[in-house]
Amino acid sequence: MDMTAIPNLLPILPEMFLALAAIGLLMGGVFSDEDAVPTIHLLTIFSLVAAIAILLAFTPTGSTFDGAFINDGFARYLKVLTLIGAAVTVMMTMSYARFQAFNRFEYPVLVLLATLGMMLMISAGDMIGVYLGLELQSLAVYVAVAINRDSIRSTEAGLKYFVLGALSSGMLLYGISLVYGFTGATQFEAIAASIMAEGGAGLGVIFGLVFILAGLAFKVSAVPFHMWTPDVYEGAPSPVTALLAAAPKVAAMALFTRVVMEAFQPAVLEWQQILIFLSVMSMILGAFAAIGQTNIKRLMAYSSIGHIGYALIGIASGSEQGVVGVVVYMTIYLVTTLGAFACILAMRRTDEGMVEDISDLAGLVRTQPFMAAMFTLILFSLAGIPPLVGFFGKFYVFLAAVEADLVPLAVIGVLASAVSAFYYLRIIKIMMIDEPRDRFEPMAGELRIVLTASGGFTILFFLFWTPILSAATAAAQSLF
Amino acid sequence: MSEWPLLSIVTFLPLVGVAFILAVRGNDEAAVENIRRVALITTVFTFVISLALWIGFDPAEPGFQFVEKRDWIPGLVSYHLGVDGISMLFVILTTFLMPFCILASWRSVTDRVREYMVAFLILETLMIGVFCALDIVVFYIFFEGGLIPMFLIIGIWGGKRRIYATFKFFLYTLTGSLLMLIAIIAMYWESGTTQIPELLAYQFPADLQMWLWFAFFASFAVKMPMWPVHTWLPDAHVEAPTAGSVILAGILLKMGGYGFLRFSLPMFPDASANLAWLVFLLSVVAVIYTSLTALAQKDMKKLIAYSSVAHMGFVTMGIFAMNVQGIQGAIYLMLSHGIVSAALFLCVGVVYDRAHTREISAYGGLINNMPWYATAFMVFTLANVGLPGTSGFVGEFLALIGTYKVSTLTAVGAATGVILSAAYALFLYRRVVLGPLEKDSMRRMLDLNTREKVILVPLVVLTILFGVYPNPVLKVTDASVNALIADISGTSLPQTTPVVDTTQFSFTEGSSADAVAAGFAAAGIPIPESDHHGEGHGEGDHHGEGDGGAHGEDGHDDAGAHQSGADGDHSNTSGEAAQ
Repeated sequence: MDMTAIPNLLPILPEMFLALAAIGLLMGGVFSDEDAVPTIHLLTIFSLVAAIAILLAFTPTGSTFDGAFINDGFARYLKVLTLIGAAVTVMMTMSYARFQAFNRFEYPVLVLLATLGMMLMISAGDMIGVYLGLELQSLAVYVAVAINRDSIRSTEAGLKYFVLGALSSGMLLYGISLVYGFTGATQFEAIAASIMAEGGAGLGVIFGLVFILAGLAFKVSAVPFHMWTPDVYEGAPSPVTALLAAAPKVAAMALFTRVVMEAFQPAVLEWQQILIFLSVMSMILGAFAAIGQTNIKRLMAYSSIGHIGYALIGIASGSEQGVVGVVVYMTIYLVTTLGAFACILAMRRTDEGMVEDISDLAGLVRTQPFMAAMFTLILFSLAGIPPLVGFFGKFYVFLAAVEADLVPLAVIGVLASAVSAFYYLRIIKIMMIDEPRDRFEPMAGELRIVLTASGGFTILFFLFWTPILSAATAAAQSLF
Repeated sequence: MSEWPLLSIVTFLPLVGVAFILAVRGNDEAAVENIRRVALITTVFTFVISLALWIGFDPAEPGFQFVEKRDWIPGLVSYHLGVDGISMLFVILTTFLMPFCILASWRSVTDRVREYMVAFLILETLMIGVFCALDIVVFYIFFEGGLIPMFLIIGIWGGKRRIYATFKFFLYTLTGSLLMLIAIIAMYWESGTTQIPELLAYQFPADLQMWLWFAFFASFAVKMPMWPVHTWLPDAHVEAPTAGSVILAGILLKMGGYGFLRFSLPMFPDASANLAWLVFLLSVVAVIYTSLTALAQKDMKKLIAYSSVAHMGFVTMGIFAMNVQGIQGAIYLMLSHGIVSAALFLCVGVVYDRAHTREISAYGGLINNMPWYATAFMVFTLANVGLPGTSGFVGEFLALIGTYKVSTLTAVGAATGVILSAAYALFLYRRVVLGPLEKDSMRRMLDLNTREKVILVPLVVLTILFGVYPNPVLKVTDASVNALIADISGTSLPQTTPVVDTTQFSFTEGSSADAVAAGFAAAGIPIPESDHHGEGHGEGDHHGEGDGGAHGEDGHDDAGAHQSGADGDHSNTSGEAAQ
């Protein structure tokens, strides 16, 4: 009659599949030579896609491990998003691996492990689960950032990321232990119930909350915990930067949302102030600091800081509408960011190899009109100009902010987006107006597919908008 | 009419042209010529269909017509289009000007013609969409979406300082409209809808109205542009290619005025009434200040750009007079300015294509070699000044009358702008066209070729036609404007400080000469001669107002006077008799 001894493993099916796939591919990689690397890449993509299929077809919603793992509508939606992001990143890596002697079978395996960590983060219903997922993801990504062992920039970036990441993990853990000490629980529901029973968050819980939020803010790179972002983005090999910018951000935002909305729901007034601060600072810094950048990867780093600021508006609203805003925003962010990185990965010349200066894009419209047109669409979308999809992301978070009476936050948001439009326009100007430089190598097929899909989505989004929105709404409802 | 979704067809037809242009292969001369032809055919075809729209339009009906409604984003935004008299006019203006833009770029744009035509056609779709949208979010999407093609048009095909100009244009307008976005969201949460007809019926609380009004004002004042946020306009105008300037002056500026009429006035009537003084102040400053600035310009396009700002000052003033004359005048002036300033930019483009300079001092004596050009330019210059008999006069005059009723001081201030406009416009004309033919470079200038004649002659005809016979236009807008006025005066709360005494309006509806004419038309009474009528009654009305005016009776007397063939003085006396 001891049914609890063996937990229900069905909700965690895709995660188990990914873990097995990672181990299997690791073994396969060790026991085969370098020629097998493209196959491992393909198998990785296949595993990620299979995980989506398993998630959607066979995995029931529900919680297991005594509520430490939750597979609800919210988790499903964001897991699909994360898996797509990871699969696309691996796909983009394949072209890079062909041309840049990036022949390491470890990388796709690391991506699989990182994705597994992200999925655990998204499904975490317990502080222990949060920490485990976060660490699995972070450790895999630390190694991935430093994977070019011979490159000083890459190892420096990896080390920097690791040291700062470890510090933030420490803060997170400290916060978790404080919260455990004052509420006696690690499970989200129990924490919320305890705070409720106390009639509000006490000083100890608030201290714990602040530390937890600081740790999470580091993971999503919200100001003032953003310092690592530009250096790591610039130093990491470009496909790893693409990975960093896309899927982990989505997963970390999902975790952020779940922690504050579920575990600290009764302390909404306390964390709302912190989130407003994080959001405002991120938007402003993202907008202003990006203006002076000359390296496109650094620019994307500041751009992502800004975008995280907008997504945080949704969380700061603390409402269901706000969660819809976050989910929609992260969906759009993921698609457009991947498109932008497809362009960055295509910046390759025969003689110079990969180039990263924004000025290298000069006159792209004459040498590669298709790439220039798509990149322009993506940049206008990132700037949030209608009728492109980026506008709707901003629209939904502002909708939530105004509903929650956070009009000043929305106003700061729109003003920051006007500033950030400037640096996106600058790239467009360089591509469309300046005199052309030497040609890039023709775009690899994989990159072309990603770019077409992403650019197409920015204008034709309205064709799939209703299903996306209803899925996002359903995801948000499952949290409330 | 039919079951056809005419508005959608007009709006999205240019995109079909885009598809065709993208399908044209190759970049040789033949392909480029084909691209130009496709663009021209598309715009002409769009214009023809929009004329069908005009024919099917029922001017007596004040509400929205040709309404199309489909669900788009569930529970939030729906795809909702429709036109009333006011937007109808702007749709026609847009589709009318586009073929001229394509023609004007026929020879002057040789670099990247494909992208150029694509940008223009997309811009056309977005501009028509602005005027047709009946959902405020859809409106916003079209309104702001226009920035993208315009940014590229100025940035890629512009003059020397195009980068600066296009960034300034983009960032100014973007910042303004983003505040409007927040206001739109606030309106959605307050009223629970984004449908414009429902928002028009909704009454916003007075304090909220004030904030919303300011947010919308930020957007439309930049777009208009009003002093002191007008500084992007001269730069954008100067650097834009000719067709870009035409669109900018002809249509994009009108979006601001349209926005005031569609949103600010009917949705926030109390705030509009309370803040009318601010608009008046800014308008008068704009009229006088920019007219003086125009006097000092050395660059032809810049001079016309400043004159545009001055004219837009009349428009804002007329709109916020909030009576039939003011609003009809403002609309008429926008239409007229859309034609006249577009034509002036085309005229500058004609000589720029030949001499490649816009410096006024580089020209002189063009009349000797270019009689056709000199004539056309003269007509547009005089229309810009507002000479009676040209379309510029009707609008300015009505706007001034409307304002005079509300704020004498504003009208007097703005009237000095009319004098100044004569000064700068004639000054420009004298230095460029008249005088002896001294400069060598000017001797080689050829007169208008056929293509340029095809562009300018219809505009000359329209300028004069609308100057002597304004009724077809006023009739289209009349029902909608009267409904708008009735709406404002109906929903307005009692005024504590009567900046504008709204109770007067219900009586003044019949007193504008042209409104009366339109009223006759609606009643089926034949009108003998409308341009004489327009001026004569305007005067009569003026006096009537001075007497403290029993306007309703004044209107009736007008009717009687008209049938007996008497003129304005007669009605004036009868107005006094009624006292």
